[in-house]
Order: sequence, then C-alpha cells, then structure tokens
Amino acid sequence: MRPAHAPSMFEKLKVINSYFVQTANLMVGLPSYQNYLDHMAKTHADKPVMDYETFFRERQAARYGEGATRMSRCC
Amino acid sequence: MNAIGKQLIWLAIAIFGAFSLATVALSQGETINALWMVTAAVSIYLIAYRFYGLYIAHNVMQLDEKRLTPAVRLNDGLDYVPTHKNVLFGHHFAAIAGAGPLVGPVLAAQMGYLPGLLWLLVGVVMAGAVQDFMVLFISVRRNGRSLGEMVKEEMGVVPGLIAMFGTFMIITILLAVLALIVVKALAESPWGTFTVAATIPIAFFMGIYSRYLRPGHIAEISLIGLVLLMFAIIYGGQVAVDPTLAPMFTFDGKQLTWMLLAYGVVASVLPVWLLLAPRDYLSTFLKIGTIFGLALGILWVAPDLKMPAMTKFIDGTGPVWSGSLFPFLFITIACGAVSGFHSLISSGTTPKLLENEMHAPMIGYGGMLMESFVAVMALVAASIIDPGVYFAMNSPAALIGTSPESAAAAISQWGFMITPEMLQETARNVGENTIISRTGGAPTLAVGMAQIFASALGGQAMMAFWYHFAILFEALFILTAVDAGTRVGRFMLQDLIGAFVPALKNTKSITGNLLASVLCVSAWGYFLYQGVADPLGGINTLWPLFGISNQMLAAIALTLCTVVLFKMKRQAYAWVTLIPTIWLLICTLTAGMEKIFHSNPKIGFLANAQKFQTALSQDQLLAPAKSMAQMHQIVFNNYLNASLAAIFMLVLLAVLFYGIKECMRALRSQHPTTHESGVGDLQSV
Repeated sequence: MRPAHAPSMFEKLKVINSYFVQTANLMVGLPSYQNYLDHMAKTHADKPVMDYETFFRERQAARYGEGATRMSRCC
Repeated sequence: MNAIGKQLIWLAIAIFGAFSLATVALSQGETINALWMVTAAVSIYLIAYRFYGLYIAHNVMQLDEKRLTPAVRLNDGLDYVPTHKNVLFGHHFAAIAGAGPLVGPVLAAQMGYLPGLLWLLVGVVMAGAVQDFMVLFISVRRNGRSLGEMVKEEMGVVPGLIAMFGTFMIITILLAVLALIVVKALAESPWGTFTVAATIPIAFFMGIYSRYLRPGHIAEISLIGLVLLMFAIIYGGQVAVDPTLAPMFTFDGKQLTWMLLAYGVVASVLPVWLLLAPRDYLSTFLKIGTIFGLALGILWVAPDLKMPAMTKFIDGTGPVWSGSLFPFLFITIACGAVSGFHSLISSGTTPKLLENEMHAPMIGYGGMLMESFVAVMALVAASIIDPGVYFAMNSPAALIGTSPESAAAAISQWGFMITPEMLQETARNVGENTIISRTGGAPTLAVGMAQIFASALGGQAMMAFWYHFAILFEALFILTAVDAGTRVGRFMLQDLIGAFVPALKNTKSITGNLLASVLCVSAWGYFLYQGVADPLGGINTLWPLFGISNQMLAAIALTLCTVVLFKMKRQAYAWVTLIPTIWLLICTLTAGMEKIFHSNPKIGFLANAQKFQTALSQDQLLAPAKSMAQMHQIVFNNYLNASLAAIFMLVLLAVLFYGIKECMRALRSQHPTTHESGVGDLQSV
C-alpha cells in the first residue's frame, strides 16, 4: 500500500488526519465506511451495498438501539 | 539500541519513579508539587506495562501473533472490523473512562492524597489492568462473547444467570449514584441547571441535523453543538443573575430528582438518533478533550498540593464517608484502580475490533493504565484546593450546618483552618450562591479543574466559566450514561420478565417499552430519592454500595479468568488472577459485612435501622424525618440497603463456589477443557 516514493509531509499529515477521524468516529460507534466498502467489494461483490446514510443509521441503531443489552460505555 | 542501553533506560525510569514516589510519600509537612504525583504514576505505569503487562502477554496468555482474531475471521465491515491499534485504543479508552475514575478519588481525598494514590497505583497494576486485559483476551478467543455468556459457557448455566442478575443490580445502583451526583451538583444552582437543560434542545437540533439535513456528518454537527454549548454556559451566567430567570432554574434536590426520573423514562423511549446519539457525540468528545486539557493544565500550571498526605480521618471518622481505611478506601476508589464494569466493556465491542492478538496488551492493560492516570489527575484536582474548602464542599449539612459561619467553625475545629469569608469568596469566584455541602465529588472536581484551567487560561475572571464548564462536562456524560443505562436495563428487564410474560419481550410495543422503562427507572429512582433525602448526604450510603457492587463484578470477572487459566492447564500462572481475586474478596466481603453489621449507625445499615426503630418505639422524631411515616421509611430503607449488600455478597460467594468447583474439575482433567473458538493461521489469508 505504501507509495514507492518517500511520503511528503502533506501525505503524512493526511494519514495522521485519517487516523484521527477514524478514532473520533469509532469512539461514538461508527466504524470506517471505506473499510465496509472494501470488505463488501472483496467478499460479497454480488450483494447490495448500503450507501453512507443507510450505513450511518444502521450503525447508530446497532450502538444504541433496541435489544442492545450491552453497555457501550462505563461509569 | 543494544540490550544494555535498553536496560539502563528502564533502570533510570525505575530510579526516577522511586524518587518521585518517595518525595510524595515521605513529605513531612512541606509543600509538594503535584507534578511529583504525575511522574511517580507515569514511571510506575511504564514499568508495570513493560515488565508485568508483557509478562502476562507472553507467559500467561501466550498470545499468538499468527492466530486470527475474530475481527479478521468474521470481518463483516460492521461489528467485526480489524482496526488499527491506536484507533482501537482511543475507542476502548473512550468507552471505559467516565465519571467513576473522576469521582472516587475526590471522595477518597478526605484521607489525604497518599492512601488514594498508592491504591490507585498498586490496584491498577495488580488488579484493574490485569482484569481488563485478561477479559479482553478470553473474549477475543471466544469470538467476542460477552462476560455473561462466557461465565455461562465456562462455569455453567446457574453461575451465568447469577452473574447476569448481578450485572442488572450493579447497573441499577450505578445509575442511582450517577444521578445523585448530578442532582447534588445542580441543586440550587441556576447556572448549572440552565446549562445542562440547554443540552436537551441542542441535542434535538443536532439529532435532526445529522439525520435529515446532513446525514452522518458527525464532526461537523459536533462542532456546531460544541459552539452552542459554550454559548449555553456563557448565557447561563446571565440567567443566574437575572431576577426573573434565575428562580425558574433554581430547584432543590427533590425537585431535580423528579425531573430526572421523568427524563429517564421519556429519554429511554425516544428514538436514539434524536437525543441519545447526538448527546453521546458531545459528551464523548468533550470528555476526551477535557481529559487532555486537564493533563496539559496540570503540567503547565504545576500546582502545589494543599491537602496533607494523610489526614486524621484514616481512622474512619471522616465527614465525606464513614468507615476506616481498610476496607472502605478500596471500595471508594473502584474505577481507576479496579473496576468490574470494565469487564463488560472488554467483552463488548473491543474484542470484535482487535486486529491482532499482539495488540491486546496495549488496549487491555494500557487502556486501564490510562484510566488510572485520569483518576490520579482527579486526585490532584481535589488535593490542590484548600482542604478547608474541600471539607466544606463535601461534608453533609448535618455535620457543618448550612451557613458559612457554622461550616467554617466546624471545619476549623477539625484542624483545617478556614474562614467564612474564604468560603463565600470561593463561591463568588465560581459564580454560585454557596459551595457548602455540595457533596458528590463533581463540584469539588469542578473547583479544582477551574483553578487549573483559570491559572492556565483567563485567570480569576474565567473561574466561573471553567467551573460551569467542568460541571457541564460531568453532567453531560453522566446523563448520557443514565440514558443509555436505562435502555440497557430496560432490555435486560424485558428479556428477564419476557420469559414469564412474553408480551413484554416485544421491544416494538410502546406499552411494553414504557412499562419496562418505568420499572427500570423506578428501581434506580428509588435509591436516588433515598440518597437525596439522606441527611448524611446520600453519597455515604450509595457510594459504598456502588463500590461493593463494582468490586463484586470485578471479582466475578477475575474468577472467570482464573477458571479459564485452570482449564487451559496453565494453573501455574493462575496467581496472576488469583491475587487480585482474593484481595477483592477480602475487601468486598469485609466492607459488605461492615455495611450490614457495624455497630456505628453511620456505617452499619442495621445499626441505623435500630437507632430509628428505638426512637420510634419511644415516639421520638429523629432528623431528617419530619413525621412518623418518614421514620418508618428510613427504617425500611436501611433494611433494604442491608439486604442489597447481603445479595451482593451472596452473588459473589455463589460465583466463587462454582469457580472453585470448575477449577477442581479442570485440575482432574488430563488435557485443556476450554471452549476456545476459531484457530486459524494469519498467513493463510
């Protein structure tokens, strides 16, 4: 995945920023959408893929919604 | 770097840590800078991680780099997602850090900063981090199963049910005590109440925005929400001095209790996107940001500790909570040293996101060390404020009266010199009418944080803003926990009762949901109301119950870990989990016995019931009761609390019994008998 040339400062910052955004999103229960797309493309290419809005709602319901008997946070 | 160089660095850290700790521990009256506490803690964390955490990883667990984790094997892009270890660390830390590690150390500071600090450090290294790490490990080896499921699988159906029931009880007490903290912080404080109330419409707006206007743009809406929050704090200052608005937002504890109960029922049946989710964004980001800010602030300001290393209250006569250092210090500081609740998180979403087993030490052990550091910072914040102010804020009105004069007189008599003027000035500085008997820990922490933040940014003029910022920050994530916890409790209840009344199980039915919500809210609401009405401040009753239940859960989790080690035929290493299990058993059972049977009515529930019973039989009224009916109520409440403590102890003993039984069975077997799932080779993917 790493580009052949040495990454520039800007590219490094972009990577750091993407980790930052990923962390912040995951903290509130939203995993990476890109990862979901990659996964679907790789293993379930024949199945329909949720668009971002549906994906967002699905994850929101999974974190807080009906029947979730697990605490997602501590005291 | 060569091996000798590395060893030298670790030696240097060890010497520096020992020196820091000695400075903090051996002070003879001279003022100590808070940074010594920070450096002592960080050195110990580093050494513990390198030498104990990794020892457990390599020898006890024998983590396997090539073994596929559930995140990789079951990757579905939704629940099971292989996640970069730094990203996962952030996720896990955000899930475990909450009000617990902030409040416990503040309450423990009545014995001085040293006992609390030592327990935080020893506890996290030997117990808390071990528990989190071990539970994460066994859950990862079982497709990310939950604690309850694992107890059932490894120890049997009966202990599984008992553990599940115990979990429901701890959630009930937790919600009551969290709600009590909010009530205590907001009572008679129009500024605080307005700001916290404003988060509801702000959350509604954020919810609608992120559902319909710009779906899924979390960063954007969180920023907008944050700006609105800051305006709410600033405008709250206007509300507090406005002669018509201020009374509209001034409530006493009982009024706030009813409002919170109503809120709990309504919030838990509202759609999650409208209130819970957007407020969770705000509270999570604010929490992480503030914790970072606090760390930077302490480093920047480098405040002196004003609280003595040890106070005379280690004998158990303290005003904040009653009971001697052993066992009650170890019950009061649960989160930050060892928190059973984390076993639910470590067996929750985190194991489903772990990319490689080798990341587990950093996430499990390291995450808990980080939480312990948050607790140390809370201890610092409580110890840099004047001890007189600390005791004025944390002592119940029954002991120090309600006026600055009576409070100053009582506290000066305990040996902490303070004048009424100083108390009034502190109240004025933080924009409140009074700071006397603001028990619960949150306001004290807020004063400490306001001092640190104001010294770094804005000076005296910003004290009031920072105080209310800190109150808001705590209230926000406590309310989110109340909201989410009520839902979890409700689903658990619907599951439990649904076995008998199938109609209740349907989570699509509004009547069923509402009924279960009301039941769940009534359960924690009862304890909350009892705590608010308690003349000794409620914290004295509820916090030890919470501590006992939390440690009980930790002991259950560690028993499970021990059983699993025996079943893996690694009993030679079982001391790693046995030592903390035994320590927790000793603390929890002693504290439980004392809470029930201690002859001092301030400690023992039965003695207190007896005291009121005796007065009743002589037709006397004892404060705070104003009628005979209230006297009967107090007697009943004390019996109820005693039964609750007894139930916690029974749950623990039952699980212990099954644990020993399973260990014996595992010993007799010739080969491993665990239920691990899914061995695979990373390289085959």
